[in-house]
Parts: sequence; structure tokens; C-alpha cells
Amino acid sequence: MIDVAFHSVTKRFPPHIVANDGVSFEIERGTVHALLGENGAGKSTLMNILYGLLQPDEGEILVRGKPQKISSPREAIALGIGMVHQHFRLVNTHTVCENVILGLRSTSFFFPAEKVRSRVHALSERYGLRVDPDARIWQLSAGEKQKVEILKVLYREASILILDEPTAVLTPQEVEELFRTMRAMKEEGKTCIFITHKLNEVMEIADRVTVMRQGKVVDTFSPTSTSPEELAEMMVGKKVVSVVPKRSVSSKAVLELKGVWAMGDKDLPALLDVSLTVREGEIVGVAGVAGNGQKELAEVIVGLRRVQRGHIFLDGRDVTLLSPRDIASLGVAYVPEERSIGLVGEMSVAENLMLRGYAEPPFSQGFWVDWNKVEAYSEHLIARYDIHPPLSEMPVRLLSGGNRQRVILARELERKPKLVVAANPTAGLDVQGVEAIHELLVRAQEEGAGVLLISGDLDELLKLSNRIVVLFRGEVMGEREKVQWTEEDRHSIGLVMGGIRI
Amino acid sequence: MQFRVEPSLQSKASSIFLLSLLSIVLAFLGSSVIFVFYRVSPWEAYLTFFHGAFGSWYALSETFKRAIPLLLVGVGLSLAFRAQVLNIGAEGQILLGAIAATWVALFSGVPSSFMLPGMFFLGFLAGAIWALVPAVLKIRFAVNEVLTSLMLNYVASNLVLYLIGGPWKGKGVRGFTYTDTFPEAGWLGTIGTSRVPYFTLLVGVVVAVAGYFFLKKTALGFELRVVGSSPETARLLGISEGKITLLVMFLSGGLAGFAGVGEVAGIHHLLRHPSHISLGYGYTAIIVAWLARANPLATILTAFLFGALISGGDALKVSLGIPFQVVSVLNGLILFFLISTELLSRYRIVWGSSRGGGAIEP
Repeated sequence: MIDVAFHSVTKRFPPHIVANDGVSFEIERGTVHALLGENGAGKSTLMNILYGLLQPDEGEILVRGKPQKISSPREAIALGIGMVHQHFRLVNTHTVCENVILGLRSTSFFFPAEKVRSRVHALSERYGLRVDPDARIWQLSAGEKQKVEILKVLYREASILILDEPTAVLTPQEVEELFRTMRAMKEEGKTCIFITHKLNEVMEIADRVTVMRQGKVVDTFSPTSTSPEELAEMMVGKKVVSVVPKRSVSSKAVLELKGVWAMGDKDLPALLDVSLTVREGEIVGVAGVAGNGQKELAEVIVGLRRVQRGHIFLDGRDVTLLSPRDIASLGVAYVPEERSIGLVGEMSVAENLMLRGYAEPPFSQGFWVDWNKVEAYSEHLIARYDIHPPLSEMPVRLLSGGNRQRVILARELERKPKLVVAANPTAGLDVQGVEAIHELLVRAQEEGAGVLLISGDLDELLKLSNRIVVLFRGEVMGEREKVQWTEEDRHSIGLVMGGIRI
Repeated sequence: MQFRVEPSLQSKASSIFLLSLLSIVLAFLGSSVIFVFYRVSPWEAYLTFFHGAFGSWYALSETFKRAIPLLLVGVGLSLAFRAQVLNIGAEGQILLGAIAATWVALFSGVPSSFMLPGMFFLGFLAGAIWALVPAVLKIRFAVNEVLTSLMLNYVASNLVLYLIGGPWKGKGVRGFTYTDTFPEAGWLGTIGTSRVPYFTLLVGVVVAVAGYFFLKKTALGFELRVVGSSPETARLLGISEGKITLLVMFLSGGLAGFAGVGEVAGIHHLLRHPSHISLGYGYTAIIVAWLARANPLATILTAFLFGALISGGDALKVSLGIPFQVVSVLNGLILFFLISTELLSRYRIVWGSSRGGGAIEP
């Protein structure tokens, strides 16, 4: 039984973009169907068409065998199609129940609290979506909020669920929970369309996978007949060579934190007695669910946040009280989590590449800036770091996420740093973008820099790190060092991320 | 006919220029309603207006006379606005410059060869220090500089009123409230028989060019732009926001003070009622800087334009008996249309049928 069929669906965004180009494939009832592709491959556009947010220029969509013109999400919901968006659409100050029924037409004037509660409760039991129906949204973790989003869709009796990159915000344990829920829905005969660019997730959960590239369908098949490497190649269009980080490290410490305490933005302690060492040529991964002190850790090291107690040493020198500029000039590169802080969007690529060196020779003797030299230097970096489009004058806000990140890394790494502090450097990038950033980090490592890699993506940390520590509620936990990481490490680090001491 | 609105990748200088022109035209059209209410044909009003602004040598000199303070203040405000420091207090800073100049001319007893340099030097300093008050309050206590700089305008205005009615009231002026006339050593030379002082005109053009190169070519100008575009990045780089705030307030206040000296030394030759010293130049210069998109070089053009607006407005008042406030309405309308067309410089309109609501971007 075919639930959804796309027949040569084409969607153009004039003047130049063809987001979907003759897309045809079928989705069977009661399966998990993965939609795999790089950023800009057209996955989200296609799903927005199915959910009634966009109209196709050509082609048709068949739902349960009947051609349908879906012109709004309301019509999609009437057809039993529900979507769980990547960014949550919940009212923070309302309870779970209130959010679930928000926007339902059939709701009576007086809040039918008991009825809703019992149905929400029944649905949570049935699909393993455990969440307190009376909790307010702001009290929930990202994983729980996602459960509410799924409950919303199930409450509307959707039989076709679109999940847009649902694992991006989850811990490994939460991902497992989500997959259990998806399997339960499958057993009930529901269809899940799962948008992702993570290969191992496709291998684990999907019955069928459709790979998209540049708006076209590459192929639809069963993932059991393939390997992650093959999937990556189909998705990118060429062979993806993964970097291999250096496995041996020197014993000389570059960065040492000794008993560091610091406050968060809300004046509550965010770092509690953190001690940490990064050695020359070592990549130290900091794992943890976002909001456990990662941001504060990075800011304390680069001098943006005051240390309340404790000391930070760089190459044996106490830098605890130095300014951000002094710390940077001692050889600390920083890739901040928010790219808007690392770059000035309105300024050109050349000017952004200059943000660290504008006042120093050879570009300036202090007063005038020699923009001819800056221009030449910028052309050089654009070529060396493969920044696209190769235009020095282009405002950086017009670059793609991956290229913006390259501008930051080019600026920071070109100064031959002793220490690189990188916070979620690959967040939101596609496979090729991620590989490029990993390559640059490993290059810095090979040149002898210590790298502190803070990331919410455990796979990334397992791939690159010589050592991994977990931050939980501002404390360092579960530090371990390995040459090769196993599935078992992955599991136990995941548990520590959830606050379980081993 | 249907149309779509699409984000435009780059806001080009030419499109900004055309949109600014469009705003001015729309403001003129909008103000025609008021002319009709005054039983004046809008066409006659426009003709009178243009004649009063450009129609004769006298008209042109009046336009230049108004453009000079707008240029000096506009360049300073451009620098401040680039750094996202909103100095709304130029009006008061102009008055402080005028007060300092008056003190030098009438009460300091300096030798006459030092009189003009002393007036400009102290006038600049007085305006700058007046502007540093909101700057320090902003840096030290995070007080919004819009409020404090605006409030100081009223303080400055009342200070002038107190001086001209009290301790500095002229001996030979009988019932009027203004000071004695400056000695001639404190008068600025003018171009020919016109009332356009050439010194301040020259300085205005020079600072506009200098401001442009300062922003574009110097390390400090670069820091200023970083602070203005992204304060967080500036923090990360260790650029002191406080230092930049002090700098732009000092410069914009100083230039306003300088303009105030130009008004009393070049035109009035005495200190008089605040509304006569400055015809709201400190406020109009905000629009001048805005219309120039905070580009000091472009303020040469916009200051001239607003100079024309004021002298054309004078002509309206004199020839057609329309209150001067109508010109304020015109100013307001121009600002209104400028802000609304701002959006259009970031987007463009594509005419043609939009098949099935394609306005949503991927």
C-alpha cells in the first residue's frame, strides 16, 4: 500500500534556483522512510510542499492513491499528514496539554482539561512519549519539547508524520528513545518520513531511503543493501574522504585550567571547580548537552568571561585576568558558537579576515590601513581555505554557513595558534562542510596546536578526539583517553551526559 | 497585475540614491494637501519654493548659509551613527559652541588676532564636553544616550536664555534680550557681499572628506565600524566600545559646537534667542546624516538639499504667508518616506504573475 507518491514534482524559486527538479518516489505505509541529502538538496522544500506550505510548479502528489492539491497545513492535517519542525513551535509559558490542543478547531470554549489530559496520557503510554502533561514548556528539555511536538501531531490523528532533522538537538539516549517511538508508530501502521543528513541514523532506523542531491532524486532503496560510505558518496556526488586525526600526543600542556569557577549570564554558577588540560597536538573533546557550561567554558578561556576563582595557564603562564585581545595575541584562536559574533555580517570577506590583524604590521603601522595589502592577503586566504564565492568584496552575510565558518577558521588558524577553542564549529553544516572544518582542525593539530573541541555532536567528538570529557551542570565528569573509541564508549559517555556518574 | 517581493542580494548605491529621491518627491506630493488647505495652488507653492532655494544668487547664498551648519553637524552625527551611538543632542551642543564663542569675543579680553581662533577652539571644546556627559553616563551607568543627549538640549537652551536675559544682557539693547555685538575681530569673513562665511564652508567640506577617509582607511575608523555593526564581535576582539563612544561623542559634539561658533561669528555677531541661533539645525542634521546613510561624503549633498529646504521654506513663508511649520511637516514626511523605503533597498519588487504563492523562500 502506497501512502504518498510524488510524481515529477518541480519547484522553482526564480530566478535561478530549482529546489525540486522532477522529483518522483513512493513512500509505503507503515515504514520509516528516510530522506537523505546535503543542505540545499531540496528535502525541506519537498516536505513543505507535502505539508501544504509551498505549492509545486509542476507535478502532482498522490496521498493514498488519490491526487491531492494541498494548499495549506490545515488541509494537510485533514489528510492525516503531520509535521514535527526542527525548530519547536511551542508556547513557552503554557502547559503541555495546552500546547497540544492549541489551534484545534474542535476545541470547546471551556478548556476540556480532563479529556485532553487523559488522551495525552494514553498517547504517551502507547508511543513511549513520557512527559508530564501539566508541565510548562519552559521547564522541559529539548528532548521533551520534541515529544510534545510529536504528541501534537499524534493528537490530530496523523498517520503520516514528517520529522525534520529530529535528532539534531538530542542526546544519544534521547535519540534511542525517539527511535523506539518511531518503531512503535510503525507497528501501529503509521508512516514516518525522516529528514536527516546523518548516515548512521539512516542505517539504524530506516526501512527505505531516498537520497536527494541538487533538487533531484538520486535513488530510492533499502539501506540494508548499502554502506554508510556508499550513502555519503551518493549524497555528495563524489567520494568523501574522512580525515584521520593524529593519534599520538606530546606531553607538554598548552592549556591548563585549575579549579575554575565562573558565573553564567543569569548570575548563577555555571562552572564549578573545572580542571582541564589540553596538550600540544591534542584534540580534547568536551561533550555534553547544550547549556551545561560549554559556552561559559569557552568564554572563560578566551577572556570574555570573568573567572571567579581558580587559574588558567597558557604555556605555563597565568592568563586568568588578561583581556581577550591579550589572550588572542598569546596564540589562542577562537571559533565561537554563534557565527554572528565571530563575523561582522555587513562587512566584506576581506575586512572580516582582517578583524584580528588590522592594526598590526604589515597591514598597518597604527593609523592608516593598507587596503591593497589586505586585499592581496585576503585573495591568498580565499584560495588557501577554499572560500566560495572567491570574492573579497562580498559581504559575509551573503555567504553560506560553511563558507562563513571557513572565513572564521582562515582568520584564526592563519595566525598559527598554540590553542584552538572551537565551540560547535560544524553545527548546521552539511557533510562536505563538516569534513572541510574537521580537516582544518586536524591540520591545526598536526601543526602542534592543542584543540579544545566543544560539541553537542558525540559522533564528531568520537571521530576527532584524543581525549573526551563531559560537562554536566558545570562540572567536568567522566574524563577518558583512547586511541580508538568504541560503541561502548559512546553509550557510557551518553549516560554521563545525562548526569549518571560512572 | 501581481507582484512578488524578493530579497535583493546587495543594496546598491544607485538604488539607495533613487529611493531617496523618490522619498523626497513623495513627501512633496504629500505636503500638497496642506497647500490646498491654505488655499494655495500646490504648483505655485513648488515654484515659489524652488525659486526661493535656487532661483537667484541671493537664494543660493541663503541655501548655502543653511547648509553649512547642517554639513558640520551632519558629518559628526554620521560618525556617531556609524558607531550606533545615537547623539540627539547636537542642538544643545551647537548652543554651547555659541556660548563659548560669545564669552571669548565679549568677556575674555584676548588680543584681537587670537579672537577667532580662540572662539572656534573653545566652541569646539564646549560642544564636545557637553556631548561627553551622555557618553560617560552611557558607559558608566548604561543610561540611554538618546534620552540624556536630548534632555541636555533644553538645559543648553535655558542656559542661553539665562545668559542673554541676565549677566550677559547687552548694555545698549534696552528691552531686547541679547548680548552686545562682538568686536569686528570676532566676525567671520563672507563670500563677496553674501552672508556665506567661507571659512566654515571650507571646513565643512574638509571634515566631510576627512571623515570619509577616516572611516574607510584608518584602523580607528575600522574599529568604529566594527563596534557599530556588531558590538559582540568588538568585545571578542578587545575593541573598547567605551573608547569609541567617547570618541564619536567628542567629535560630533565638537563639530556641532564649531557650527554654533560659525553661526554667531558669521551671521549674528551676538548671542541671541536659541531659536534664532539654530533653526533646529541639530535636529535637521539627524535627517541629513540618515539620508546620507551615515556616509560623511554624502552629507555634502544631503546638507545642501536640506539647506535648500529651509531657504525654500522661508520663501514660502514670506511670499505666500504659509507658516514655517509647514516645512517641518515636509521634513517629517521626507523622514517618514525614507524609513519606509529603507525596506525597499533590501528587497526588490518583481512584477508578473506569481504562480501559486511562490513568495516564500526555501
